[in-house]
Amino acid sequence: MKLLKFPACASAANMTDTLLSLEKLSVRVGRRNIIDQINLDLQAGEIVTLIGPNGAGKTTLVRAILGLIKPSSGKIKKRPGLRIGYMPQRLHLEQTIPLTVKRFLKMTKRASNSDIDSALQKVGAQHTADRPIQGISGGELQRILLARALLRKPHLLVLDEPAQGVDVAGQAELYRLISSLRDELGCAVLMVSHDLHLVMSSTDRVICMNHHICCSGHPEQVSNDPAYLELFGQQVSDELALYAHHHDHRHDSEGNVIHNHKGCNHG
Amino acid sequence: MADFLWRALLAGLGVALVAGPLGSFVVWRRMSYFGDTLAHSALLGIALGIALDTNLNLAVVGSCVALAFLLVTLQQRKIISTDTLLGILAHSSLSLGLIAISLLEVRVDLFGYLFGDLLTVTGEELLWIYIGVAVILSLLLSFWRPLLAITVDEGLAQAEGYPVLLIRLLLMLLIAIVIAVAMKIVGVLLITALMVIPAATARRLTNSPESMAALSSLLGCIAVMIGLAGSLQWDTPTGPSIVVSATCLFLLIYALPRKDSLSLK
Repeated sequence: MKLLKFPACASAANMTDTLLSLEKLSVRVGRRNIIDQINLDLQAGEIVTLIGPNGAGKTTLVRAILGLIKPSSGKIKKRPGLRIGYMPQRLHLEQTIPLTVKRFLKMTKRASNSDIDSALQKVGAQHTADRPIQGISGGELQRILLARALLRKPHLLVLDEPAQGVDVAGQAELYRLISSLRDELGCAVLMVSHDLHLVMSSTDRVICMNHHICCSGHPEQVSNDPAYLELFGQQVSDELALYAHHHDHRHDSEGNVIHNHKGCNHG
Repeated sequence: MADFLWRALLAGLGVALVAGPLGSFVVWRRMSYFGDTLAHSALLGIALGIALDTNLNLAVVGSCVALAFLLVTLQQRKIISTDTLLGILAHSSLSLGLIAISLLEVRVDLFGYLFGDLLTVTGEELLWIYIGVAVILSLLLSFWRPLLAITVDEGLAQAEGYPVLLIRLLLMLLIAIVIAVAMKIVGVLLITALMVIPAATARRLTNSPESMAALSSLLGCIAVMIGLAGSLQWDTPTGPSIVVSATCLFLLIYALPRKDSLSLK
């Protein structure tokens, strides 16, 4: 299956299908590499899930791809004319803005009423159209955000923890919706998650990252990968603490940051 | 009606017209203390304007914009919280302004600058106010969509290709201009009230950003008329009278029972 190809295999021949490629992308904040030398190709129509522990740099990577932060080094190559629909992790809406769901969706370029209706229908949230956006539930808001991303008629949907604030049953449903949208619209999906098992059935490729890419591939394959197990496996609860310790810093008695390690080793 | 009253009324209405939509942004973005800080620095602008013998309106816009830049720069360094930073800048710039004015050779009507002096608006000042109003209105209309987009969510707006930083600077510039033109009406200490109170009142009655902005303008105009009339009737200071009228409207609207369709909670 073509979708399962590893990024390194992307040759010049199928470059036309490559929406986006990252070359040795790094983002430094202070002296820390939040993301470190990430290489990644995204093909048209595939669903790629980024997983990793909290603070692994998943959101930073997404924000770099979207152009919200500048990479410190490396390259992001986008296919010319690439349209990205973005669904943020969460939206803080002021109570003081009088805004209906419909008006909120209209803020994406000049979306027509029929576009908005069909986007709402696709995500199953037509009933919210005229409600104040501050008054809808967390699950509904995620669907509205998805609808807003769809209104851009994207080639690539970037979803940062799309199931935030949604109950477990709703989460499974949301992931099913995302994969059916991919089938219907043919767009690629890059999403961030921290639960592999929830996204397993609706993803083609998993990238497991902790600042750098630890392992990647088919979800089944990744779930058995030693690097993945080290980050998420059963026996890792204490190892995880140790691991985080290795990569993080400690504080001395004055509160100054002391870096334990510069590099990363999985030992 | 005497000429000076017509000028006062026209000046007040012009300012209320633009203070409405800008005040809505101030309310939506929780910038009222920010607006206050910029207004406080206006006095320093006046002092500089007099010392350098330039147009006072432009000097005020200049000093507000300079302070806004300083604020954004310091904010990005993250040395102290924005709230504290605003507290420091607001009061130090006000004090600096007061000292600078006291050092000037010229006698300056300090009370007028602090609390407004609507009844002495001259024809030339009226012209400047309407130039400011025209600039603000045209910029607001042309950039309404991006301004609204960054207000709802900056990250989303940026991802959708809006130049967030530029738009944010534009909003600061607009607020600086409104301060420059409103100073004569309500004075530097009360400008934020003229922006925030009508907008907060309008929030209760509207269900779209546009209607809230428009109604804020209208409520501001009503407050100006009532305040001006009250000030003539009871011989009270005009600027504070306008602000008190706006507050009365606010209290009145919030005391009324609320229609369910507009309720959020």
